[in-house]
Amino acid sequence: MTSAIEMVDVLDEPRAIEGRSPFSLALRRLRKDKVAMISLAVIVLIVLMAILAPVFAAVTGHPPNEQYRDLGLTPDGLPRGPNGTFWLGTDDLGRDVLVRIAYGARISLLVGVIATAITVVIGVVLGLAAGFLGGITDTILARLIDVVLSVPFLLVAIALVSVTGPSLTVTVLVIGCFSWASVARIVRGQVLSLREREFVEAARSLGAGDRRIMFVDVLPNVIAPVIVYTTLLIPVVIVTQATLSFLGLGLPPPTPDWGGMISESQNYYTTAWWFILFPGLALLVTTLAFNLFGDGVRDAFDPRADRT
Amino acid sequence: MAMFLIRRIGHGILVLWLISVAVFALFFVAPSNVAQTLAGRQGTPETIALIKHRLGLDLPVWQQYLHFLGNAVKGNLGYDYYHQVPVTHIIGQALPITVSLALGAAVLWLALGVFNGVISATHPRSLADRGLTLFALFFYSFPSFLLGLLLLYFLYFRLTLSGFGWFPAGGYAPLAGGIGPWFQHLLLPWVALALLLAATYTRLTRGSMLDVLGEDYIRTARSKGIRESRVVVVHGLRSALTPVVTQFGIDLGQLIGGVVVTETVFSLPGLGQTAVTAINQQDLPVIIGIVLFASAAVVVANILVDIGYAVLDPRVRLH
Repeated sequence: MTSAIEMVDVLDEPRAIEGRSPFSLALRRLRKDKVAMISLAVIVLIVLMAILAPVFAAVTGHPPNEQYRDLGLTPDGLPRGPNGTFWLGTDDLGRDVLVRIAYGARISLLVGVIATAITVVIGVVLGLAAGFLGGITDTILARLIDVVLSVPFLLVAIALVSVTGPSLTVTVLVIGCFSWASVARIVRGQVLSLREREFVEAARSLGAGDRRIMFVDVLPNVIAPVIVYTTLLIPVVIVTQATLSFLGLGLPPPTPDWGGMISESQNYYTTAWWFILFPGLALLVTTLAFNLFGDGVRDAFDPRADRT
Repeated sequence: MAMFLIRRIGHGILVLWLISVAVFALFFVAPSNVAQTLAGRQGTPETIALIKHRLGLDLPVWQQYLHFLGNAVKGNLGYDYYHQVPVTHIIGQALPITVSLALGAAVLWLALGVFNGVISATHPRSLADRGLTLFALFFYSFPSFLLGLLLLYFLYFRLTLSGFGWFPAGGYAPLAGGIGPWFQHLLLPWVALALLLAATYTRLTRGSMLDVLGEDYIRTARSKGIRESRVVVVHGLRSALTPVVTQFGIDLGQLIGGVVVTETVFSLPGLGQTAVTAINQQDLPVIIGIVLFASAAVVVANILVDIGYAVLDPRVRLH
């Protein structure tokens, strides 16, 4: 069996014609997928926007939380539309929408990546343990997976955040601790059939212990579905974070974040379209790019699904 | 089959019991100032203590739990803190709204998803296929609150402004008051929900339809000279729908506790919105009741899905 390390080696060798690993074949297919590559470019742009958020603030001269009560609001106290000073207009407190969107990207991406990482690590470890060890471990973990999958996630998340008070850590932990079960179920299913295969027996006859077989021999074989699931999980997590913010359980103000901005704009959507349009667009473009890219990753790793 | 059912129901009860312990522990361990709220700003320590005693909050958590469990087994989920209304009654009031929302949306998303999926599968890699996939993914990427707000902006605000007051801004009109207003109030929420969920069904139908259309018996049907439309719909779709039905059951079960956002955006006082209100008021019996009820819906849906699977596909044996 090819281990993860060997796969990377194959990629690094330019002339490795013989024996391409499934992983490098998938990467090849992904690179030929135009939609996926365009989506990846968009994702890179959004990441750049998040990293360069202070540059946005410096160029416009507007810090993200600075309220321009005179310059940024009309005499009636309403948000100002896009103009030379505020390129994407201002919000209800006279803050620069563009700069806040750039800073909001940091929150969305940060939560998206960290919460997904937690989800995948917990899910893979518990899924591996349940599927491979079997017996009482499997019984307990399988019930735990059932419990987590049966709980109405959003309701419990809202309840939890309202008990603990909103913060970035709570958001990440709540999402991470409630999303791992689907990953665990996928991994468990795969491992259940893998552990009966000859290479596991071979490893055991060579004297390898459970932990070594699980992580060195079995894990690389479940990597493909996990990669696919991970890419498609990031947009879901970003939407969940935005949803919590929208319901008023995101980050304490005045931290800029997309869901919160959309929530604040609700009372102004009849008078200030830019206030809802641009944060909404930022959120939509981000999730769409991740979904289209994830779709490409799925097709690349599972060629059966799309080639007839 | 009987053994299977007994085992699955046993598992289901175990899962629900575990959830009740977890939820109970979580909320009763967390600091609560509900007695303080109820006593009002002028509440003396004596009043607060009395309220705590009345609500049973002065007992140790494990005793409160046993009390709760004993009543729950008898179908009594307790009373809400503020008006002493039975929680089962509150759920009974909110449930028809959530069910109306979920079922109406289900009709739309099934029709949309299956239709698009079949078109995609019968014309793989064509312009229509790519267009429909993009259409599905586009709406799938929408955060539900954003889609809801957009629909409200264009179909309520803009239309009403132009003199077409077809859609209300939100709220619910019970079926008892006539099917017209009920339909009118629910149409936008249905569309908002269905567009989000249709994507999964498009993909699912497309995938399983492609698999089925490659089977030998489809070729046999074609070679017998049966019309292509009949081959696709009667021979193909019938077996291609099995995974769709499975997903449908799971989704319906989860919607009971999962339409929080749609209900909030369209001001529908269903289970989700009731739960959010209860959370804001720290009305624990209501929160626990709704969470348990929604979990039960998922558990029951999963059991029904397993049975349905065996009925639809004779190769599956339950054991």
